[in-house]
Amino acid sequence: MTSSRRNRNPLFWLALVLLSLVFVGPVAMMILTSFKTRVESQTVPPTFLPQEWTTRAYEVLFAADSTTPVLRWFLNSMLAAAGHAVLVAIVCSMAGYALARLTFPGRGVIFGVIISTLFVPGFIFLMPNFEMMSRLAWLDSYLALIVPGAAGAFGVFFMRQFFLGLPVELEESARIDGAGPWRIFVSIVLPNARAAVVTLLVISFLANWNDFVWPLYVMFSTEMLTIPIGLSRLQGAYTIDYPVIMAGATVAAVPVLLLYVFVQRYIIEGVASSGIK
Amino acid sequence: MMTSTTRRGRGSPGGSPLIAYLFLAPYLILFAMFVLLPALYGFWMSLHDWDFTFEGRPFVGLLNYTDLFDPASVQYQPFWRGMSNTAIFTVASVPFLVAVPLGLALLLNTVFPGRTFFRAVYFLPYVLGVAVIGVMWRYLLDGNFGLVNALFGLDIQWTTDQPWAWIALVGVTVWWTMGFNAIIYMVGLGDIPGYLYEAAALDGAGPWQRFIHVTLPGLRPVLIFILVTTILASANMFGQSYMITQGGPTESTMTAIMVITGVGFGQNRAGQAAAMSYMLALALAMVSVLNFWLMRDRDAAREARALKRQRRLAAKENAR
Repeated sequence: MTSSRRNRNPLFWLALVLLSLVFVGPVAMMILTSFKTRVESQTVPPTFLPQEWTTRAYEVLFAADSTTPVLRWFLNSMLAAAGHAVLVAIVCSMAGYALARLTFPGRGVIFGVIISTLFVPGFIFLMPNFEMMSRLAWLDSYLALIVPGAAGAFGVFFMRQFFLGLPVELEESARIDGAGPWRIFVSIVLPNARAAVVTLLVISFLANWNDFVWPLYVMFSTEMLTIPIGLSRLQGAYTIDYPVIMAGATVAAVPVLLLYVFVQRYIIEGVASSGIK
Repeated sequence: MMTSTTRRGRGSPGGSPLIAYLFLAPYLILFAMFVLLPALYGFWMSLHDWDFTFEGRPFVGLLNYTDLFDPASVQYQPFWRGMSNTAIFTVASVPFLVAVPLGLALLLNTVFPGRTFFRAVYFLPYVLGVAVIGVMWRYLLDGNFGLVNALFGLDIQWTTDQPWAWIALVGVTVWWTMGFNAIIYMVGLGDIPGYLYEAAALDGAGPWQRFIHVTLPGLRPVLIFILVTTILASANMFGQSYMITQGGPTESTMTAIMVITGVGFGQNRAGQAAAMSYMLALALAMVSVLNFWLMRDRDAAREARALKRQRRLAAKENAR
């Protein structure tokens, strides 16, 4: 739109590249530091590439007798985030479909109530949901990480908007052929909603993987922590042994970065659609 | 009950209501258990001296609320310090979080090879969690051997001195979340019809005038959305302080959420913490309302009023 005239300007390219360094540089520094010796991580001025590559930090982290079981935390985060993403995708696509296509008394009210909670700040739920977890005996278990977050309104809103945009004709012809709503949903609607479902899966996975406040308080035992909470433990245990802490941060960042490299488009489109529209 | 009676008239395309409720049920059960019920239950908790570990939870009425306004109570000082710290962070961060991504979005809104690549690069920090960026920046901001000091030839204790600690926390937050708002802006920019720019250019408007008279008004709904969500996000600040400054120096970066979780989970006074959450939410709601009011479309409102006046006059004429 405004576009296409002024962009061969060398200053424009310089700005783009400098900005890229601002965003990628710190992350690269984190990963590279995890391969440095402890002494090198504290030299002044700091080195960028390790002068002497070492995997000591990872050996410390992955040692069997470690009091900071990073691999276990990694596994916990994987299970919780994957379970959460699948739960959100199932529950929200079903509800979103009902709100977009099926007719029933109270549809407007139900949708209105769900949407009105989009702007209710999450900290309101910290105390009461902790009490709920305690009553359900879900504290310190994967269920506390997987289930409560799936009640958020975003997924339902997102799926409903997508279904509203799908042409009705396919569903109508299937209905004329005698298919029931469930058949239509599973074999016609969902296959056509693949992109939206993948986007929701990815976004939910990321949000759960990175969640901080909630798991910080509902998980207690060392072997049940998620990796972000583990990182804060690492920071406490290794204070200024930065290669070890950076190794932990790298382990926490790698799945997210890999996911990002492969499905970047879905993530960005998911974010884009979270604004109005 | 309501809605959709007209549609049911032409042969219920959506099957029977029972099936619709079955589709909704799994989500609605979760929604009721972990959103609706807790929102009310939290208020109930706030009326009690609620300890997670004891069964005895005496009813105290509004005491948990009135204590927050009583300078003699124990929670008065920490609560208001948390609130004012959060206000400081919000006021300091929101202008940057709203303006800088707009610049980025305008930069990326031109057509050039590699645009998708650069967009992905700038969005990258956002996919990392607060714990990762927290430990990372704590290292980079280290006062003795950190990269930031070395790069700019400074000698600043970023995590233990004020105002540097706030500057660091705002800077890190802008770096971390900039991509999110930029993407939303890009959607908004894409929705502004190109002919508006062409018309403005024909009228002799330069790039700056086009930005002021075409881009900004075209972005109004997006701006409101970004302002409201960014204020909410800044008011929710927790992880950056927790990981980078640990609330210091001398609790000066201890945010409201840190105070709330400290009181609720650290001291097991959940009723008090719940009351604090509602007060913070109320403050945020007031800020949001103020926001919508300040950002309302004055021209459109004026036109609507003028139209109404005309109609009223016309009605009077008719009555006569």
